Order: sequence, then structure tokens, then C-alpha cells
Amino acid sequence: MLNQLGYYSLIFGLLFSVLAILQSIRPVVNKSNLISKNIYFSIFLQFLFVILSFTFLTSSFVTSDFSNLTVFNNSHTEKPLFYKISGVWGNHEGSLLLWLLVLTLFILIFVITSKKFDNKYRLLTIFFQEIIIFGFFLFIILTSNPFTYLYPVPSQGLGLNPILQDPALAIHPPILYIGYVGTSLVFSSALASTINKNINSGWAKHIKKWVLTSWIFLTIGIMLGSIWAYYELGWGGFWFWDPVENVSLMPWFCLTALIHTLLVLEKRNQLKNWSIILAISTFSLSMSGTFLVRSGILNSIHTFANDPARGLFILVFLFLLVVSAILIFFLYSKDENKNINWFSKDALIIINNWFMMYFLSVVFIGTVYPIFLEVLANEKISVGPPFYQKLIIPFLIPFLLTMILSTRLRWVKDNIYKINIKQISIFTLMSLLTIYFLNISDKNYLFASILISSSFFLFFNSLNDFLKKNIKLSQKISHLAFSCLILSILLNGIFSSEINTNMKEGDQINFEKKIIKFKTINFEKENNYKLLRGNFELVRPGKNILSFYPEIRVYDQPKISTSEADIKTDLFSDNFIVFSLLNDEGVFNVRYQNKPFMIWIWISSIVLAIGGFFAIVRK
Amino acid sequence: MKRKIIFILCIFLTIFVFLSFFMGLDKDNVYKPIKIIDNKILNFKGDDLYSNKILDLNNIVDTKFILINIWASWCSPCRSEHKYILQLKKNQQLSIIGLNYKDKVQNAKNFILELGNPYDFIIKDKSGTISIELGAYGVPETFIVNTETKKVIYKYIGPIDKEIKSEIEKIIRS
Repeated sequence: MLNQLGYYSLIFGLLFSVLAILQSIRPVVNKSNLISKNIYFSIFLQFLFVILSFTFLTSSFVTSDFSNLTVFNNSHTEKPLFYKISGVWGNHEGSLLLWLLVLTLFILIFVITSKKFDNKYRLLTIFFQEIIIFGFFLFIILTSNPFTYLYPVPSQGLGLNPILQDPALAIHPPILYIGYVGTSLVFSSALASTINKNINSGWAKHIKKWVLTSWIFLTIGIMLGSIWAYYELGWGGFWFWDPVENVSLMPWFCLTALIHTLLVLEKRNQLKNWSIILAISTFSLSMSGTFLVRSGILNSIHTFANDPARGLFILVFLFLLVVSAILIFFLYSKDENKNINWFSKDALIIINNWFMMYFLSVVFIGTVYPIFLEVLANEKISVGPPFYQKLIIPFLIPFLLTMILSTRLRWVKDNIYKINIKQISIFTLMSLLTIYFLNISDKNYLFASILISSSFFLFFNSLNDFLKKNIKLSQKISHLAFSCLILSILLNGIFSSEINTNMKEGDQINFEKKIIKFKTINFEKENNYKLLRGNFELVRPGKNILSFYPEIRVYDQPKISTSEADIKTDLFSDNFIVFSLLNDEGVFNVRYQNKPFMIWIWISSIVLAIGGFFAIVRK
Repeated sequence: MKRKIIFILCIFLTIFVFLSFFMGLDKDNVYKPIKIIDNKILNFKGDDLYSNKILDLNNIVDTKFILINIWASWCSPCRSEHKYILQLKKNQQLSIIGLNYKDKVQNAKNFILELGNPYDFIIKDKSGTISIELGAYGVPETFIVNTETKKVIYKYIGPIDKEIKSEIEKIIRS
């Protein structure tokens, strides 16, 4: 019953999206540019049907209706209610329905909030957005119907994978999706204003809110994924340069660049074409991300479906969108007179944009190069963290420095003597000296020290900015948070320490002035495995004693053991103990890790997003 | 002029990227760990679905090859591959052993009753640990073991279809 209702709601939604496409393009073609009441009506009904369909799917999940294939594959009667609901979007079909829901909601919000803009621009934006929506309707109905009927009805579902039952993972996909979907509206609006030729500061101000919204959700979404990888997978890291992680990072770089370019457009009416290019690429990157994840072209822990038909659909659809976007851009855009003084805020924002594009290309090449190589040369390779670290880290230094400079300079043109010459010269001297030492010694941490000094420099400058009145609060918060983020990532990377040793019950070892005691070990019996729960104590000079309870699970038949880490978090560092069975004589392999400033990576990401929020709220 | 060149470059680049993606779609991306092939299966035991007796792979079969098929009554792809396994049964040199993965005994029996029994033996794997030990990734999955060397010589993840069936027959004949 719910299956049919959900399916027919989707079909009705599709019909209204076709109607909306026709209603939006007709007035543009016959040059009347009138927005009739009907179009509001279609867009509203389209949203209503999608939300109905989504509700039906959710109630199938909540009531564990296993006559629905999606529910059967991804749910289980024993699951807690929270994970039953998050199961709705934890799979391919449901997540696309969620995507569609956000798409239709966003176009509805756009139609309601854009009344003061001229009709042709609004109609064209609706037109492009509705084409995307139509594509997604078709995609869901043809290749990924979440309402496939299953007969005979099984009594139990399959989805009880404990690794996926994590609160961060439950809300990670929808948040990331809101970010991705937001970029589609930016894309449609950019194309519409290219045709309508209304790329000006008014448009920049209006579209900036959408860009910021996407950016905030993307930032939080990426962070949640990273938290899940760190706490649940317990690999002792927070970023693995996994292709799917990269795929979410690329639109983030693009959006960050776009936010700053829009500032220039808003204040100076410059960089029009560049803004449009960024808007188009952001959306293309988000969509290719979906393609790469959904088609199973990448081998990664995130790979969902291996259905080539789905991949082909997204590929063809995306190709048509990108090619038409490029065509529209070249047909309608005009050359600009560049009027930029190279010693001004504008110029430094452009330079920072270049850096962003550089980081983006590094990540892009690292992600797609293995695919190209496999296709063209039939060779399988994977690109690891050293590639990214070698190519990104050196360029962080000039990037951070231009970031500091750009907040100090004025728009249009500034006098070189205005900025604090003393500050810069001291820093330059410091850097040169360090580079000199770097050359004569081959130790790597000298390089790190320049990087850290630049990040501290940015940090103190951002703190100092809080005293100034002419800087926007959003910028103060975001820039400070960004400097904290870079600092905590760097310090975490450099000062993380770990020890890997063999211990027996009752042993203790000294490690960097700390004592690790292996106190006791307990045996417990669970349903189909035995549990070894260790009790460790970490004695640190001048601090309280920490107790750890990592586990080893030994399955009865055959003997397979898995290790569950125990992580203790405080403001300054994370302590992490995991142990595993070595032999039958009671000797265990114990790994202890100390990861400084771990929690600050999460805190500064949240504050970064809050900064973006202030930029939306405050005009 | 400059504009035209950039335009052509853009289009060319887009086509190149999409063409590569398109070709990438056809690539077989099922992860096949090489390690599992050539692994020796030394200790493969379990309870029989019907008699509940312990079966040991070492002394129940006398054919040159064993096909181990991991299946479950709740697994819908298993239904689709079942007819091919029935066809494979005709090969004299092959014993077929079903490994019933995380299933209810009654459901498993009903499944066999409904679709026919291609298996010489069915071993219960209620906890899924026998399959894990084999190096399985999910259901359905199929292994072929040479009984002389006790080595896994072939492994396939996913439901058997016509092509895989003939591939398996080729392996047995060689």
C-alpha cells in the first residue's frame, strides 16, 4: 500500500516538474516574461508530492514493512528507531529521494524569496533548476525506485551493520546533500543571469546567501564524515584522502573561492565571468562526485551500488548539463575590462583564488588520475597521502600570508606604506632565515616550523582583527577559525606520538614521561563471541590518571579476533589505546597513541561554519 | 579568436573527462583479493542442514573439484543464480556444497523445497563465521576448490549468470 502511494506520488511530482518547465520557458520565449500564479502552484505541488513520497518511505522504514525492497535491504526490526529513520537515506534509493526533496524545497524557497528580481531572470532560474529536478525524477523512477515491491514478504531485514550505526554517520549524508543541492541553485541562477545579463552587485548579494548556505552545510557535512572515520573506524586519523572524501572537498574549495569572488563582485563589480565559471564548476564537481560515488567507479568504503545503468544515466545527464552550461557561458558572456590594481584587497582575493584552484586541481588530479590511467593504460594505481601532502603543504605558506595581507588592505587601491611594514619585514626575515636553515640542514621539521609560524601569524592577526571596527564579524570569526583549523591540523600531524609494544597483564611501560599500566584483563561471554576487556591506566605527570577499557572480541568458530579501541578526549589531546592478541601465553600487542588538539579540529570547523552563518544573517 | 580557442579547449576537455568516465563504467570494479586465490582450505567443517551431523570437507567428497556456494533464503540474487547451480550439478567432476549463510533453518529448507536442491551437502553457517574464514565478502559468493591441492582456484562475488556458469565449466574441464 505504502509502496504504491509512494511511487505514484513520485509520478505526480514528475508531471508537475514537466509542467513547471513549460510554464517557465513559455513566457521567456514569447518575450512576455510574465510569471503566472500557475507556476507557483506547480512548484508547490511538486514539492508536496515529493514530501509525501518521502513520508511514505519513512513510514515503511519505521513500521519495518519488508515488502519494500529498500526497507528489506537496509533495515531490521531490532534497530533503534533513530537508525530506522536514518536508514531512509543511508542507502542509494532513499538518499536520492532525499536529494530530490531538498532540490524541490530549495526551488520553492527561491521562488518565494526572489520576488524583487526581474522576471526573466527568475523564470530562467526556475527553468534550469526544473530541468535538473526533472532529471532526478527520471533517474529515481527509471533506475533507482525506492518503492520496489518484494514478494514473498520476508520476515526480517538485512540491515543490521553495527559500523553504520553511528550518530555522526546518520546525519552526515543529509547535511552533505543540502550542501551539494544548494550548489545546483547557484548553478541555475548563474546561467540565468548570464543570459539575462544581470551579473552585478545586486545579484552577488542575492546569490551569496545560497552560496553561503551550501558552504555551511558542506563544511559541517565533511566534518561529520571525518568524525565518523576517526571515532568509529578507529584508524587513528581523521582524513585519509579517500577518493570519496576528496570528492566532497573539491566543491568546498570551489565554494570558498566563490564566496570571496562574490565579495569582489559585490563591492567592485568585477570578476563577473570568473564568478560564473566558479558557480558552474562547483555544481559540476558536486554532480561528478555523485557520479563517482554512485556508479561504483571508485573503489572505496563508500561505494554503494555497482549498477552501470545508474552510472550511465548520471554521466549522460551531467554531460548534457555541463556542455550546455559551457555553451551558454560562451554565447552570452561578455569580455570584461579588468580594472584591478595589484596592490589592493581585490588583487589579493584573486591570488587566494588561484591558490584555491591549485589545491582543487591537486585533489582533482589525485582523484581522477587513477581512473584515467586504468582506462587508458589498463594500469591500477592508487594515489596516497604523500602525493597530496607534498603538493599542498608547501603552498599553504604563501596562501596563509596572502590571507593575512588581504584583510589588511583596502578595496580598489591601497598605499603600500599603509600596512604595517614592520610586521611584514620581520616575518619575511624570519621566513628567509628559516629557509636558509632548511637548505643547510636536511631535517624536515624546519619546514614545518615555517608553516607553523605562518599559521600562528595568521592566528594572532585574526585575533587582532577582532579589535577593528571596519571588518565584518563573519570574516573575523571564519578567518580565526580557519587559522585554528590549520594550526590544529599541523600540530596534530607533527606532535602525534605513538608506541607499539608487547605487554602482559600487570606490566607497565614508560613512554615520553608517561606510564602505561596494563592492570587487568577480564573474560566475558557474549552471544557468538568471547570478550576480552583490558583495563589500562595512563599516568601522566601533573594530570589525572586515565582509565581505558579497550576490547578484543574473539569469535568462537573459527577463531577470529577484532579489536575495539578506547579513546579519551580532552581539550588538549586525545589518548587512544587499542590492543590485540599476540599468542596464547597472555602476551598482547598494545598500541597507544597521543593525538594533540584533536578536538580543536572539530571545534574550529564548527566555528568556521558559524562564521558563514553570521555572513548570511548580518547584511 | 582567443575566446573560440578557449571554448574549443573546454569542450574538448569535458568530452575527454566524460569519455574516460564512460569507459571506466565498463571496467570490472569488483574487488577481488588475490590472496584468497591459492589459499589452502584445510579446516572446513560445519553442521549439516538436515542431519545436524558435523561434516568435514576432507572426507565427504571424492571429486576433483568442489564448488562452495554461499547462499541464504533471504538473499534475492541467490534466487536468480539458483537455476545455474542446478545446471552445474550435471558435471560429474564437481561436488557442490552449499553454505547457508545467517539463515533460519526452516526458511532455508523451504527455499530448497521450492527451487530444487543442487547441493550435495548443505552446511549451516548461522553466525557467518565459516564464510568469513573462507574470505567471503557477502552473499551470494562462489568458490571453486581443487581437492588434490586443497587450493581455492576460482572465486566469484555476486550471483552466477550464464557467462560465469560457462567460465566455471571451462575451469573444471581444463
